[in-house]
Amino acid sequence: MSEKTIAGYSVKCNDQGFMEDLNQWNKEIALALAKEESIELTEKHWEVLSYLQEQCKNETAITIRKVGKSGIVTIKEFYQLFPKAPLKTASKIAGTPKPVSCI
Amino acid sequence: MDKQEKLPVKKMMLILSKATIENVYACFILANGARMDGIESEIFFTFFGLEAIQKDKLKKLHVATVGNPAMHIPTLLGGLPGMEAFATKMMKSEMEKLDIPPVDEFLEMLSAAGTKLWACKLAMDMFKIKKEDLIDDLDGVLTVGDFYERADGERTHMLFI
Repeated sequence: MSEKTIAGYSVKCNDQGFMEDLNQWNKEIALALAKEESIELTEKHWEVLSYLQEQCKNETAITIRKVGKSGIVTIKEFYQLFPKAPLKTASKIAGTPKPVSCI
Repeated sequence: MDKQEKLPVKKMMLILSKATIENVYACFILANGARMDGIESEIFFTFFGLEAIQKDKLKKLHVATVGNPAMHIPTLLGGLPGMEAFATKMMKSEMEKLDIPPVDEFLEMLSAAGTKLWACKLAMDMFKIKKEDLIDDLDGVLTVGDFYERADGERTHMLFI
């Protein structure tokens, strides 16, 4: 665990850049993290991010299948919004822990 | 410099030759897991693996209860009528708990994630399977040569299941 300065805020992150404390998250941090991933956040992106945060608060293990059934995005759209590794990238920007699921 | 430059996998080419549910799921989870990590993936369905993409068969795949020592039931018992169906039902309910989808939904997930799904031409000819018998999400029918041609980039791995 280490302290990292993101958008002027000091936040606790693990060595892979996932935030350790969701309470430290804010929209400016999200914008900065998204920029690192070359993603411009649209309305849809924000909806996905708040869905992930809700699931995290409910302590539900998140999977791509669940995101696809959330009613917010289909799996295809999820891959388009967060290309490459959608669940990991989205979790990183949302300030939620690194997903441990294989699905 | 002590640290070697990391060269992550770029593409996984999976060959599925079996239709027992444990093999089908192993293949699907590897293909889907690759996409989840930004790795390209493709599946070549050949021989019995073709059952996993046949519309009228893919929902009826079973776990092998005979000749499978890891089932921990005597071979004779494993061969009793209904045994495969029972073991399959048990396994499916455990998998649902882990949010692992059934075969048809899994194929849709893979396709949506960008995994390429290919059927083997020779095996189709051998089993007299027509393209109409196969799922709509199929990306095409290939020969072995065609499949190898698609493995033309660096850091591509091929896996036979």
